[in-house]
Amino acid sequence: MSELSKAERMKLPRQAMPEQKPDIRKVNFKEVPHGYTPEQAMAEASRCIECKKPKCIAGCPVEVDIPGFIRLVMDGKFAEASRKIKETNSLPAICGRVCPQEEQCEVVCTLAKKFTPVAIGNLERFVADYERDNNLTELPEIAPPTGKKVAIVGSGPAGLTVAGDLIKLGHQVTIFEALHKPGGVLVYGIPEFRLPKEIVKAEVDYLKQMGVEVKTSHIVGKLDTIDELFDQDYDAIFIGTGAGLPNFMRIPGENLNGVYSANEYLTRSNLMKAYDFPNADTPIARGKNVAVLGGGNTAMDAVRTALRLGAENAYIIYRRSQVEMPARAAEIHHAEEEGIQFLLLTNPVRFIGNGEGRVERMECIRMELGEPDDSGRCRPVPIEGSNFEIEVDTVVVAIGNSSNPLVPRTTPGMDTNKWGNILVNEETMESSRPGVFAGGDIVTGGATVILAAGAGKKAARAIHEYVMNKE
Amino acid sequence: MVKVLEHYHLGENNYKIVFEVPELVKKAQPGQFVVLRISEEGERIPMSIGDMDPEKGSLTVIYQVIGKTTALMATLKPGEHIMDCVGPLGNPSHVDKKGKYMVIGGGIGIAPVHPAAKKARENGNEVFGIIGARTKDLLFFEDEMRKACDHLYVCTDDGSYGEKGFVTDVLKRLIDEGNKPDFILAIGPVPMMKAVCATSKPYDIETWVSVNPIMIDGTGMCGACRVSVGGITKFGCVDGPDFDGHLLDFDELTSRLRMYHQMEKESMEQFEKKQPCYIGLKESSKKSA
Ligand SMILES: Cc1cc2nc3c(=O)[nH]c(=O)nc-3n(C[C@H](O)[C@H](O)[C@H](O)COP(=O)(O)OP(=O)(O)OC[C@H]3O[C@@H](n4cnc5c(N)ncnc54)[C@H](O)[C@@H]3O)c2cc1C
Ligand SMILES: Cc1cc2nc3c(=O)[nH]c(=O)nc-3n(C[C@H](O)[C@H](O)[C@H](O)COP(=O)(O)OP(=O)(O)OC[C@H]3O[C@@H](n4cnc5c(N)ncnc54)[C@H](O)[C@@H]3O)c2cc1C
Ligand code: SF4
Ligand code: SF4
Ligand code: FES
Repeated sequence: MSELSKAERMKLPRQAMPEQKPDIRKVNFKEVPHGYTPEQAMAEASRCIECKKPKCIAGCPVEVDIPGFIRLVMDGKFAEASRKIKETNSLPAICGRVCPQEEQCEVVCTLAKKFTPVAIGNLERFVADYERDNNLTELPEIAPPTGKKVAIVGSGPAGLTVAGDLIKLGHQVTIFEALHKPGGVLVYGIPEFRLPKEIVKAEVDYLKQMGVEVKTSHIVGKLDTIDELFDQDYDAIFIGTGAGLPNFMRIPGENLNGVYSANEYLTRSNLMKAYDFPNADTPIARGKNVAVLGGGNTAMDAVRTALRLGAENAYIIYRRSQVEMPARAAEIHHAEEEGIQFLLLTNPVRFIGNGEGRVERMECIRMELGEPDDSGRCRPVPIEGSNFEIEVDTVVVAIGNSSNPLVPRTTPGMDTNKWGNILVNEETMESSRPGVFAGGDIVTGGATVILAAGAGKKAARAIHEYVMNKE
Repeated sequence: MVKVLEHYHLGENNYKIVFEVPELVKKAQPGQFVVLRISEEGERIPMSIGDMDPEKGSLTVIYQVIGKTTALMATLKPGEHIMDCVGPLGNPSHVDKKGKYMVIGGGIGIAPVHPAAKKARENGNEVFGIIGARTKDLLFFEDEMRKACDHLYVCTDDGSYGEKGFVTDVLKRLIDEGNKPDFILAIGPVPMMKAVCATSKPYDIETWVSVNPIMIDGTGMCGACRVSVGGITKFGCVDGPDFDGHLLDFDELTSRLRMYHQMEKESMEQFEKKQPCYIGLKESSKKSA
């Protein structure tokens, strides 16, 4: 294809991602997109005009060498392309699937202005899958042992990235994870139909092969504190415990049966496989009329899970309008295709029980958009007297999470802000406790996988320096 | 994987199981709990700490078979393993010096008040214990409790052992006799804890209870364990499990515990079809504990 001129290449149509049809996929938990074929990937790659000053790189939080890896795809060197990405992003199979590309690398692609941007995410996903599925994953060279020990608390994308980078540098690395499976939100939150758990498992297995020790069912702050880990001769500690504490609406009836936090609903379905009840032991309500409150990725995941669990009506209830929804555009689109009903500019006021402790109805109020607030988004204001009720038997509250206070509370001298996020030096990710580093959602509040992974990269560099300069 | 060291049938549906968890028992305090996972596709179930021996590295759980997971647990033999035992979770019970410190354990709740009684006595309290069960076969830990308390009172609903009557009858009598406690820790079935609180309220005796809402992670991540305390929503696993019983909404707790009754029945029926005689232990190792 390289015989085409730049101008011609730009005009090639973007390769559509083949995916399961909406009416088929809405009743199964299998991944929605099938992924590119090698031919499609090469065709898509040939659209990249290899800009001299590639804006896409600047749009990526970890500055993946995008034209560099795409050139390798064009040449059919898929595994090499994957390795190229891994120089800066160790989780391409995951980021290719879940990054909000439309706000990051793709939105700034030169082609975006006049045509459609290069499908960077789809290509990233393709090469990483190709490398893994064809057993082309090579173990990197591991530096000679340094004799230094690093503890990592939490196995989400931040913790996994730190572990991968530090083990390569010859340090001894142990990950402590509270749950029985490693992966953080990637395993308990994001559903199988968006991110197959096998992929997360492959990433963790890869780390284990390199020598990372993973201790699950081990809660730092309960079983041992940060200070006690130092007593066990760890030279440095990374905290990547995420933003796991669910927020509630604080409105009447919220403790009725059938009202879930998104974390509970998704954990039951994903981590505990409740969709397979009674073959799996953990139950989940299979609601007929399910309302999910919120407009982020979490809300989309919950509402699409409800549909797959058999809901006849699955609603998104969001207090602003669609343009303000923080969820990824692709996921809102998928949800619409599957028949999710969007009740926008609507806010719940109270939940009403059936007299036996179970939610039966929900009272809502309509909203209108007022002046922009601190976040720059228009502030929703209730319209007096516009209250109405809808019938629901299951409600999922997906209005965000706060940080889990367990580690900060048991670590004297570690400073946090008023939301409980750990304060760090932005260059080194070191907290106010020397030798204790932190990154990901526990520092930023709920953000994205790639930002957590990027923070992990930064922290790993600083931890390496710190432990090597220690006496 | 966590090894089962001992396993006994106590009576009716009650069992005592001992796990090898040396790191965990070093940290565990009376009032805390653990979350167990028996099999790979299994549920995570919370269980109170009934006893612990840091020297042996062992942790005792007293449990009642009421559904699929506890029934599966009852099939385990010493030397076998479960998938996980995570903890210690929750906050320790108040066991500091109060003066006349009373523990009330009903049914399976006798287990968690036992370590609290021991510790409260170490801390210089005069410890009164009341333990009760429906019938004689359901009582356990009498000897242990006698050692842990300065005064122990035993009752059964049907009078088959000890005094006939409810734990609240004994509590009322003790108060009337001039032994009004300064603090009560009551653990047992929800109706029992509610009754104890109703009894102690008029006397203005600080009364704490341990809640047992449905839990998944036990770390504050899911919010399944919500309870209302004085009108404010708290998470049972990280804010509790002990709460001021005079502020707790017992009716909401009862209702929330019923959330999955129908599905649990289904799960148990499927299990019984596959494994009709899970109670092998009942016959083979009936021992007093
Ligand atoms: C439902 C859902 C959908 C999302 N969708 C997207 C998306 O499409 N794209 C995107 O980019 N981002 C998405 N996000 C956000 C993204 O998942 C997070 O920003 C990211 O996972 C944060 O990574 P982390 O490593 O900081 O923490 P987490 O992934 O939260 O992992 C933290 C881990 O630490 C463990 N832990 C906590 N406390 C302790 C302790 N005391 N001891 C031991 N272990 C502990 C936890 O169990 C957990 O496993 C989504 C989030 C949710 C909830
Ligand atoms: C902090 C705490 C401490 C506990 N300590 C003990 C103890 O020492 N001994 C003991 O026998 N039991 C204890 N329980 C209750 C025990 O967790 C349940 O009996 C067990 O989960 C039942 O599981 P199952 O599959 O056998 O029954 P199922 O058929 O699944 O459920 C039967 C009933 O058990 C309760 N239950 C079910 N799943 C859970 C869950 N995940 N979390 C909490 N409750 C649930 C519900 O009320 C349910 O209706 C405790 C519970 C909590 C929250
Ligand atoms: S990591 Fe995410 S933002 Fe960066 S190039 Fe890949 S898909 Fe784009
Ligand atoms: S901006 Fe777009 S066209 Fe330019 S190098 Fe990046 S991906 Fe290729
Ligand atoms: S059990 Fe999940 S928050 Fe308490």
